Parts: sequence; C-alpha cells; structure tokens
Amino acid sequence: MDPFMEMSVQFGLPLTLLVLAFFTGSALERRHYASIRERELRWRSLPAVTFRSVPPGWKVSECALVTGSVVISVDYFKRFLSGLRMIFGGRVKAYETLLDRARREALLRLKEDAVERGCHAVVNVRLETCRMANARNSERIAGLEVLAFGTGVKLLNPP
Amino acid sequence: MVQEAESLGANAVVNVRFSTSSVAQGAAELFAYGTAVTVE
Repeated sequence: MDPFMEMSVQFGLPLTLLVLAFFTGSALERRHYASIRERELRWRSLPAVTFRSVPPGWKVSECALVTGSVVISVDYFKRFLSGLRMIFGGRVKAYETLLDRARREALLRLKEDAVERGCHAVVNVRLETCRMANARNSERIAGLEVLAFGTGVKLLNPP
Repeated sequence: MVQEAESLGANAVVNVRFSTSSVAQGAAELFAYGTAVTVE
C-alpha cells in the first residue's frame, strides 16, 4: 500500500466521523433547545420547586411521587473536544450544554408526569446525575443519566 | 444559578442544593440548584 493510502485510511475515518458528528450534533442540539423552550413555556403555570413542603395556605388533597429521567450520550465531536480539554484542564463547555439540555428535559418530563397524574404543583424537587459505565470497559462511559424527582401535589384550591 | 435567577426577575434563591458527580474520566460536574423567589 502506498503511504498516501495508508494515511487516508488511518486519518480519513476519524476525520469523517468528526465532521459528521459536528454537523448532526449541532443540528440535533438546536432542534432540542427549540423543543425545550416551547415546552417550558407551555408548563410554566405548573411550579416545580425545591421547598421541603407545600407553602402555607395550600390545601393538598392528594400527592404522588413524580419522576422524569433522561439518558444522554456524548457525540464523537464533543468527546474529541473534551479529550483536548483534558490536556490543559478547565471548563468543558461541550459537556455543559449537554448536561443543561438533559436537566431541562428531565424537569420537563417530571412536569409532564405530574400533569398526567392531575397534579397542580411539584414540591421537594431533586436532581441527580449519574454516570453509566460501559460494561466491557469501565473507564469509558456508556452514557449519563439525569433524574428529576419530587412530590406532585393535587390541590383543593389550585392557584 | 444567581445569574439565571436574576434573569427571571427573582431577588432570592431558597432551599439551595449542591450536587457533584463524575461525568467522565477526569471530569467532574458541580451543580447548584434552588427555587428562585421574589421577596416582597
């Protein structure tokens, strides 16, 4: 094999993947943010708060545990960027937007779960992030899970 | 968190919680969240 062929095999595939991941990744991100913003506006009237209990004056008729969970994976391009970042250290912006999307999506799913159960608000909301390890190689991650959970309350005097 | 609360027009954040998790080999996430309120 001539050296040019060898070079293109060695660097061609990762480079193609990088370019592909960059374009599809940013298109998906833009679409997801549009959907998040639209649904956040829709569920604005349903408060999800971190208060330990309901504010005074609220008369609760029923309550239920409501949850929202998202599993995300890092795309090839972002993994490459974070790999570069690991050399010098500092903020990994590629992961920050990903986690921001995941968290907002988890909260929206929590609210959608609450609406399905006929709740008027969610109190004592907590957010957890957890890394899911790859079964074959625990050094590499298979994905991240973001879980939002809280107590959905049905009110006798909804605001 | 404070910046986001300010952009929502709140003047306080109550019941703040901190959470950390390791998101990748050599990268950790520090995360603070709470309820933004307007104190009258």
